[in-house]
Amino acid sequence: MPSDSALRIVWIYPDLLSTYGDQGNVLVLEQRAQRRGIETETIHVRSADPVPETGDIYLIGGGEDRPQILAAERLRRDGGLHRAIARGAAMLAVCAGYQIMGSTFGGEEGQPVDGIGLLDIASARGPARAVGELVAEVDAALNLPTLTGFENHMGVTSLGPGVKPLSRTIKGVGNGDGFEGCYAGHVVGTYLHGPALARNPALADLLLSWRAGELAPLDDSRYEALRQERLATVLQG
Amino acid sequence: MTQLPLRAQLASALGRSAATLSRMTGRGDGSVIGGRVGLMLEPDLLRQLARDRKLALVSATNGKTTTTRLITSALLELGEVATNVFGANMPAGHVSALSQHKRAPYGVLEVDEKYLPEVLDTTGASVVCLMNLSRDQMDRAAEIWLLAQKWRRALSGKPTHVIANCDDPLVTWGASTAAKVTWVAGGQRWKEDSWCCPECGGPLDRKDADWACRECTFHRPEPQWAVDDDAAIDPQGQRWLLDIQLPGQANRSNAVMALAVADAFGLPVERALPRLREVTSVAGRYTTVERDGRHARLLLAKNPAGWLEAFDVADPQFPIILSVNAQGPDGRDTSWLWDVDYRILRGRPVFITGQRRLDMALRLDVADVPFTLCGTFSEALAMQPPGRVDVIANYTAFQDIRTEFGRAV
Repeated sequence: MPSDSALRIVWIYPDLLSTYGDQGNVLVLEQRAQRRGIETETIHVRSADPVPETGDIYLIGGGEDRPQILAAERLRRDGGLHRAIARGAAMLAVCAGYQIMGSTFGGEEGQPVDGIGLLDIASARGPARAVGELVAEVDAALNLPTLTGFENHMGVTSLGPGVKPLSRTIKGVGNGDGFEGCYAGHVVGTYLHGPALARNPALADLLLSWRAGELAPLDDSRYEALRQERLATVLQG
Repeated sequence: MTQLPLRAQLASALGRSAATLSRMTGRGDGSVIGGRVGLMLEPDLLRQLARDRKLALVSATNGKTTTTRLITSALLELGEVATNVFGANMPAGHVSALSQHKRAPYGVLEVDEKYLPEVLDTTGASVVCLMNLSRDQMDRAAEIWLLAQKWRRALSGKPTHVIANCDDPLVTWGASTAAKVTWVAGGQRWKEDSWCCPECGGPLDRKDADWACRECTFHRPEPQWAVDDDAAIDPQGQRWLLDIQLPGQANRSNAVMALAVADAFGLPVERALPRLREVTSVAGRYTTVERDGRHARLLLAKNPAGWLEAFDVADPQFPIILSVNAQGPDGRDTSWLWDVDYRILRGRPVFITGQRRLDMALRLDVADVPFTLCGTFSEALAMQPPGRVDVIANYTAFQDIRTEFGRAV
């Protein structure tokens, strides 16, 4: 039984938004917390259930058009996520989940669908599907190494004044304007789908540090080997 | 059978020559190039070749090649059967299969999930067998909810007799516009893609094999056939011990689907079942290869649902080699590794190889599964003590291993 002080990781709607490996972000956060002696409690919130307000880190993943629309409707009706973010919780929103955080996104036929307004962004369906490896340099203020991952989406996202770009793309499409993702406060959005944190452990640590404070260093050789192999292959190719 | 028009005869013959040439020059099995040549000369060739035959189309995310093989084996009891035995499951492969068996009155065609509507329209196949739908190579494959919707449209208003697995809610939804459906309780091990109602998006309540939407009327239909452990139960309630040679629950499910399809062709279980038992391996899947006293059984797993099935077959007493690539046919995105629960491998000696072994290494590390990293499959095999070892590989990794052993079948 986790104690009251355990770090609470909340995975939102794995039944709707977990198309491809999104569970990886949960597992990486758990591992990196536990290896530092930080106890964790993970809550999988199905779409029929209320979103708890007292979580520390919220994760929301990618999905097809229909589930994305359903998830946006349910999150708006539920309100729990809004209350959690207002209390200072951290969040990583990925791909379809990232688009939902804005004011609007493109539906099955490209029609505008209302988002939930937690990030000052607006998305629409783009001209072509962006599929492939992505490499980007993270905003210097965050002090993170190069972002690496895989994107697979049709969205184009424009950022409002209330958010900052997460990174500048070197390879790949991202938001569609030379930037990839965005952040505001403790909320991070990205098109790096699926297990983005497995390829970017420093981003996982940033989310953890927002809730757990300063973190002890870990042996990151497995992560680093994969990162170097991917970056070398992608940047050469 | 009626004669093919002259143009189609010529297209078909030239396609066969191209296929033969391709095989003789060692470029491949020829089933794709042959069909392409034929279709170039006569775009209507598939429709013409399909005419006057009784065809079954087989589609699913997993088990297409094996089930196609099982059905073919059963229908041979009735006569000659044309089939795309090499798993070339798009129209060029279908043209090739039907060209090679011009006089076969029966055909069993494995069909890529995305191509099912087109191939059904073109061939007018009278039987369609649908087993399962789950996440698969998302960087190139269609999203599965969308796929099921396309199946619905394609089946609507046609006289097709569908044999479908009613334990998979998405397959059930995809099949349920058909005029005639025989439902098979084929089981569903991977459930992560069916927690929501395909019809309305509401939560699906599940109790044992049964499922129903909490918010609308969509629910599991009553099955006519079922797989029950190692037995098939037919529509009369009679139990048949399957006793097939292919291992694992997924193949027992495939076998029951095959029996139901055979029944739709008028072939009774007592004649079909012995034929299913003759199948021992399918295009290298489940076969055992040997080198220096190491007996490696080859299991193919292309996506998370496939890995669950492979774990069901793999023997916990033996070491296991995992090989993962990310070439085009595998999907270039390895995110799916994070959907597979590898903890079941704890306590087994695990060896990993393949082009994306570093992705797998991190995945296993996070799952707390100790492993040995190997540069090549040969290296991994050489590290085994003499005796048995299981191998699970994804598509091109699997083909690489087969090639090392002379295209093991």
